[in-house]
Amino acid sequence: MKKRESILRPVQRIKGGVNLPHLKATAEKETVVMPAPKIVNIPMSQHIGAPANPCVSAGDKVFVGTLIGEANGFVSANIHSSVSGTVKSVGEVIMNGLPSVCVTIESDGEMEKDPNLKPFKVEKAEDLAEAARACGLVGLGGAGFPASVKLTPNPKQKLTTLVVNGAECEPYITSDYRECIENYNDVLEGIYLIKRVLGLKRVRICIESNKDEAIKKLYEIASDRRDPKDKVKLMRLPEKYPQGAEKVIVYSATGRKVGPGKLPSDAKCIVMNITSIGTLYRFITTGMPLVSKRITVDGTAVSDPKNVIVPIGTSIAELLDFVGEIDENASKILMGGPMMGIAMNDKNAVVEKRNNGITVMKEAKPLKTTPCIRCGRCVQYCPMNLFPAMVEAAALKNNVETIKTLNVNACMECGSCSYVCPAKRPLVQSMRLAKAQLRRESK
Amino acid sequence: MKDVLTVSSSPHLRHPDSTASIMGDVILALSPAAIFGCVLFGLKAVLLILTCVVSAVLAEYVWNKLLKKPNSIGDLSAVVTGLLLAMNLSSAVPLWMAAIGSVVAIIVVKQMFGGLGFNFVNPAMAARIVLLVSFPAAMTVFYEPVRYDAVTSATPLVNAAGEISFKELFFGMHGGCLGETSAFLLLIGGVYLVIRRVIKPIIPLCFIGTVALLSLISGGNVITQVFGGGLMLGAIFMATDYTTSPTTNKGKIIFGIGCGILTFVIREFAALTEGVSYAILLMNILVPYINKATMHKPFGVKK
Repeated sequence: MKKRESILRPVQRIKGGVNLPHLKATAEKETVVMPAPKIVNIPMSQHIGAPANPCVSAGDKVFVGTLIGEANGFVSANIHSSVSGTVKSVGEVIMNGLPSVCVTIESDGEMEKDPNLKPFKVEKAEDLAEAARACGLVGLGGAGFPASVKLTPNPKQKLTTLVVNGAECEPYITSDYRECIENYNDVLEGIYLIKRVLGLKRVRICIESNKDEAIKKLYEIASDRRDPKDKVKLMRLPEKYPQGAEKVIVYSATGRKVGPGKLPSDAKCIVMNITSIGTLYRFITTGMPLVSKRITVDGTAVSDPKNVIVPIGTSIAELLDFVGEIDENASKILMGGPMMGIAMNDKNAVVEKRNNGITVMKEAKPLKTTPCIRCGRCVQYCPMNLFPAMVEAAALKNNVETIKTLNVNACMECGSCSYVCPAKRPLVQSMRLAKAQLRRESK
Repeated sequence: MKDVLTVSSSPHLRHPDSTASIMGDVILALSPAAIFGCVLFGLKAVLLILTCVVSAVLAEYVWNKLLKKPNSIGDLSAVVTGLLLAMNLSSAVPLWMAAIGSVVAIIVVKQMFGGLGFNFVNPAMAARIVLLVSFPAAMTVFYEPVRYDAVTSATPLVNAAGEISFKELFFGMHGGCLGETSAFLLLIGGVYLVIRRVIKPIIPLCFIGTVALLSLISGGNVITQVFGGGLMLGAIFMATDYTTSPTTNKGKIIFGIGCGILTFVIREFAALTEGVSYAILLMNILVPYINKATMHKPFGVKK
């Protein structure tokens, strides 16, 4: 009998990156399902690319899974109703300070499934992209890039490797981890399907070593598969933020470097988030598109953190009411984890497809920023080998000539530089400023 | 939950280290050697340290007050400068002279060039050189250790007869500047800083290694060269100063080796005794060029 292959170690380790506290208090808690909210505001733009075109009007009766927004072009995504009920209005809603076209649906509380939903047949590569488009799938790790785009076969580029991203390197968030534990079958079957349909040679399921349960679970089940066509390998990655960043995980899994402005497909890789794969497989087998998301609600101000399955379009306020007691001194709501999450100024902002966590933080003393002492930590820890302190100095002087030499567009705003800065300088913010200055210059 | 939410740029999590905590670590790392210096040279040494630290902090405070700048003494960098200066002086130096040194370090070398993070040479080192060229006689008088009376003794580097044993040299039972005598305690401080990740060991290793190698090749006394003068103090605590040393690892290697070569050349061929100080000062001036030459490419860009 052939010897069982063991769990792989990373091919390469990145130079930068930081060791963060994991704070994954929700890891061993069963996910709970949130009851139907009274009202949902479903934005037509929850992805990178063109907003979807609303295809319902006020008064229409919709069900869970009914198409309400049609993808507008190649880089766009379908939007489906997350509740059953009646469309109240279609139009702009002010959300987190910005107008956003939304379909507002009043829920009837029944969560009735659309009777027209049926399994999707996938036989060849084109079908897979079609399935992703019909499902409204976007990169669920946080990027929100329409999945159909990268699944569309490109005759010029031969893909060989599927990198399954289960790194989940943000503190607090455990939503991908719970997907592995609770829906391991969907994840693995989805992986087998993608591998077969796209004719890929290798599959690397990459999970950080602090989620050993998930690694072991997937490994156990995957190694029972005897069919050589379904050979997949688990890879245990070091706990180092930002391990889950696309370029970092491709480098760890294959040793190939994806340079600035390049895509994983240039390194013959396709990277998919673990929950994305699970969601796609569920759509193919049941016909239920992406209408709800598992959200980790945690943070210093949350007394009973948990993972919740939330219908897309539910307001943060309603979600927090469901989760329970929030500290009275809580003053920050982050869409996402504490490293890359966006601070919200509006509790009525809604849960979107690409969200995987809501972090609520207690009020903290404002940081005192002191002069840069040129300790070089930002340079040492930058996973993209940039010089954040030099970018900041140039950006604050609006020195575009210097900024041009510093490759700021390679920055993915992971926050490692700001995290380690002993002078507490807002380096990521300066990076964004520098990028904006470059954009303005090129206009 | 508050009604008005706070909005700020990510990340929303910060490492606990701050400028003040790093400076605190440096002070802690310096203290064994400083305390040993006090034991070795007595009350005069204690007074010298106090004078340097207090006058450095005072100079910074007064400067900020006069220029209506935010008070920055809380970052402890002035304390480090004062302490480093004191450790680089002989305990025979008159206190008023030491105070002038502190004021020069803080006002002229640091604040006039923009304050913390903008000085192009190490303030304590530059102040020491200023004192050395201004008061050459007073600066080169050294006390005999333990016997607290004013018996002058040459430092091991000058005392070519080599009558000091390795043990005395390594543990610091000999004449010299207040804080430079005990290589052992300075090394402990250095190891502490490396463990706390305040400094990387690259510069000290390259610096000391180059000096050792060159004196070995030239047939000099390696042990005296390495443990005798101000090399340990300079390599571990002065050459690793963030602001005046290169950013990248490659730059640090160049900087360390450059310091080593200059130290050796000055000690061997020049009529100066202060090889380490001048070497670090000269290399400090080269740092912007080293930084520019050793900039690395972003991830995934071919060289």
